[in-house]
Amino acid sequence: MTITQDPWETLHTTALLGTDRRPLPAAALPLADAVDRTDPAAALLELAALAAVRRRAGALPVPAAEPPGPPAPEDPRPELSAAAARRLAVLLAGRSGAVSGAGLANLAELLPQWLGTARDRGLRAPAALIPGLLDAARARSELRADAVALAGPLGRWLAEQNPDWRFVLRTATDRPAARPVGQDDADAENARNAHQLWHEGLFAERVTHLTLLRRSDPAAGLELLRSTWSTERAEDRLLFLDALQDGLSPADEPFLEAALGDRSKNVRATAAELLSTLPGSALAHRMSERALAAVRLSESGTHLLVTPPAECDAAMQRDGITPKSPTGRGERAWWFGEVVAAAPLSTWPRSTGLTPEQLLALRVGDSIDETSSSWADDLREAWARAAVRQHDADWARALLGPAPARPARGAGRARAPRATGAPAKLLAVLPPEERAAWTAAFIEVHGLGEAFQLLGACAAPWTPPLSTAVVTALARAASSGAYPWSHSGVLGMTERALAPETAAAVEELAAEAAPDSAWSETFGRLAGTLRFRAAMLAELDDRTGELDG
Amino acid sequence: MEERWSTEHVLSLAPDAASQKAAGKLSAPAPWSGAGTDGTALWGECRGSGSTPYRTVIELATPAYQCSCPSRKFPCKHALGLLLLWSGTPEAVPAAEPADWAADWIEARQARAEKAAEKAAQKRAEKPAADPEAVRRRAEKRGARVAAGAAELRLRLADRVRHGLADQSTAGPWEEVAARMVDAQAPGLATKVRELDALPQERLLEEYALLHLLATAATRVDELPPELAATVRSRVGYTQDAAEVLSGPTVRDRWLVLGSRDTSDERLTTRRVWVRGAKTGRYALLLAFGRPGQAPDLALPTGRLLEAELAFHPGARPLRAVLGTRYGAPEPGPQAPPDGLTVAEAVAGYGTAVADDPWLDSWPTVLAGVVPVRTPDGWHLTDGHHTVPVRPSAVPEAALWRLTAVSTGRPLTVFGEYGHQGFAPVTAWSADQRPVGLTHN
Repeated sequence: MTITQDPWETLHTTALLGTDRRPLPAAALPLADAVDRTDPAAALLELAALAAVRRRAGALPVPAAEPPGPPAPEDPRPELSAAAARRLAVLLAGRSGAVSGAGLANLAELLPQWLGTARDRGLRAPAALIPGLLDAARARSELRADAVALAGPLGRWLAEQNPDWRFVLRTATDRPAARPVGQDDADAENARNAHQLWHEGLFAERVTHLTLLRRSDPAAGLELLRSTWSTERAEDRLLFLDALQDGLSPADEPFLEAALGDRSKNVRATAAELLSTLPGSALAHRMSERALAAVRLSESGTHLLVTPPAECDAAMQRDGITPKSPTGRGERAWWFGEVVAAAPLSTWPRSTGLTPEQLLALRVGDSIDETSSSWADDLREAWARAAVRQHDADWARALLGPAPARPARGAGRARAPRATGAPAKLLAVLPPEERAAWTAAFIEVHGLGEAFQLLGACAAPWTPPLSTAVVTALARAASSGAYPWSHSGVLGMTERALAPETAAAVEELAAEAAPDSAWSETFGRLAGTLRFRAAMLAELDDRTGELDG
Repeated sequence: MEERWSTEHVLSLAPDAASQKAAGKLSAPAPWSGAGTDGTALWGECRGSGSTPYRTVIELATPAYQCSCPSRKFPCKHALGLLLLWSGTPEAVPAAEPADWAADWIEARQARAEKAAEKAAQKRAEKPAADPEAVRRRAEKRGARVAAGAAELRLRLADRVRHGLADQSTAGPWEEVAARMVDAQAPGLATKVRELDALPQERLLEEYALLHLLATAATRVDELPPELAATVRSRVGYTQDAAEVLSGPTVRDRWLVLGSRDTSDERLTTRRVWVRGAKTGRYALLLAFGRPGQAPDLALPTGRLLEAELAFHPGARPLRAVLGTRYGAPEPGPQAPPDGLTVAEAVAGYGTAVADDPWLDSWPTVLAGVVPVRTPDGWHLTDGHHTVPVRPSAVPEAALWRLTAVSTGRPLTVFGEYGHQGFAPVTAWSADQRPVGLTHN
């Protein structure tokens, strides 16, 4: 119909074959009569020009096909201030560069802090920056939780359309975000999708789903896992079990107790570890009995006497203790450590009537030879593991010992604290303020040389006293002739975590350092980064700049 | 306080991606000392690897840059870094009196600019002194050459049609014909001819036919109405220098900057800036050029209003214009997207424009109330009644996702170029009415 009337098709066919082979068609076009047909080829071009311009000028709009999909859910959070949005653009633009460039590395290092803070403030990123944000999070998985939270419903809506951003749908946003108003409709929708997701989703999506469900409704999470447990693969069971850490309670015990009989060794071990952190569990009780059999208070009350387990029987194995020592340490010492680390720490004060400090002050001996101290370290080590696993601040504090004090003049070299195992891990169990105070005292006495992990365990930004301690130690290092790069690990952390209030002190150091020296550059850059950070954090609190730009 | 530029705008001044990256490193306060601004200029000293810091000054209105570093990039990373610092960390570039060295340069620049303006005025005044007879003879000679070239092009096109477009095996490459067009002083025809080799077969006849039409028009340009003749001349490759255009009639209006796009090849960076008159509703296209490593010297932030005289290049459908007298710096525009058309109106609008200038590939168009959708055959914009395809490869994929994000799946206003190949987006207005550029990654 229209096609047979369209002169373009006949002109096109003739042009393809050539006017030498095909006669010039009688094109039904207005003005076609005005075309000079002496040369068929030129005439064809002229007719085609008429037809082409007519087609372009007379084109009709194409009717819309199906309507576009549903729009993104509204994000009720307030948007970043204009200044903060500009800052984000700068931070994102700096992300793709080489990490070796000094100034650039700063920006990349500051992005996680910026994202975390913006998220804590309950802000939303401007829509135009969200694709860049998702691209950054795609490249750096450590940014994902915060970036995805910040991108909010718009980020998820985009991820559903762009395969490059699929990770957004699999990312659990670590901390439970404030529930936006009007989330109830979405919840109903989620419930419909949840069943399908659990049964058909990718593994990572399923873990995320389970983790989120555990946070909001632990019992439902357990029920969901139980419904498919017997059909899951061993390595999946392991990670699903791990997800139960969120919202772990005595209600989970029967399930975990059953998992102690799992076919997979790793699943059994994980179940045992989870049970050991439930102080009232039957496993904890069994471990407590084993531990009490292995350690008793001497009759004089001055010693703890150790009798390590003689064998690793089937019951112990079922409770997660591996019969073979993986460390090369003697088998009995290994079993002993495992038993004590898995026993509830409350066992000890209850059975002896002593505080953790008092217990740690006791001498440790063999049940045969009271003076043999070979078990002291094993016991301390196991208690330290238990304190970390059970998040027991009292024991962690006792194990770390008092914050080291500056030795009196002439008192000789400061003794390293008798912290056992990894002090950084024990520190992490303490409340943030206490962590910072302990680390500050440590640095005042021992300098920065061994402080890297301890500083890493402190919450960023550091408290002003801790920041002052670090700056003082850096100043001491500079005046002692050390090179800045021997502290590069601490310096990198300092740029991210030093309290902005310290900027003035750092600037002073920069001014005092020999001009053009490595330390003056180091302090200058540090001061600059602090100012940048202070400005960037201030912008996130500033709600006045919104109308700017 | 003066308006600070957006990061996006500052980065758009960078000559290349490497400069953007390098400038990012210098956008923190650390390397800078003595940075300040008096509202019309920025200055600061940037510590580099050497013992003496580099001194950087930026005059914001033009903008113009000066830096003591040896870089051949322009603007250099120091100038861009200082702009980023000023934009992102206002407290690091406080209000101050210019440092002496900065003040010296700013004064010297002003003096130079005045001198140049004087010289140009003098030149214009002297111009009529050129021998009119010689000018006429030169024009006649070129006209004859162009006409001969155009006639040859007609023959070549007809030859191909005679043999059939399906079989191009006996025909040589168009490059050779393009060279002949350059010899004939018709560089516009040469460019068009050069593009023919890369066309898919189904588009050949259309482009041959329109080129035939242009060549035919070029052989009898004197018989055409003056506006159409001007269109043909400019498409054939006759250029007109800015001063000549400015000596003609000008249009004074408050011009809203709708968007810009930079394109570059190995020889030249071209910046296109589209504006629309608030009073007249007229669209205009301003062009600026930069050598490689240099950003074009025209910086008009999207969304601003600029009161100025524009002089349009003559033609059947005038669009390209030259910026004449400015009345003040660009000021913040309205807090609302510009008025736009429905898809049907946009299609009709381009049709009307093509009726004036048959060679017009696209026309500046503001679409209102459209939603971007991704379909198996590419991106589209739809207003619920009608749909336009996004011109393939007209915009980077990242920008289309930015457009999608800004829309949140809801109708929004988009400025771009609409033509027979589809719509090429340039700027979108987000829900908070801020313009978002779509021509970069």
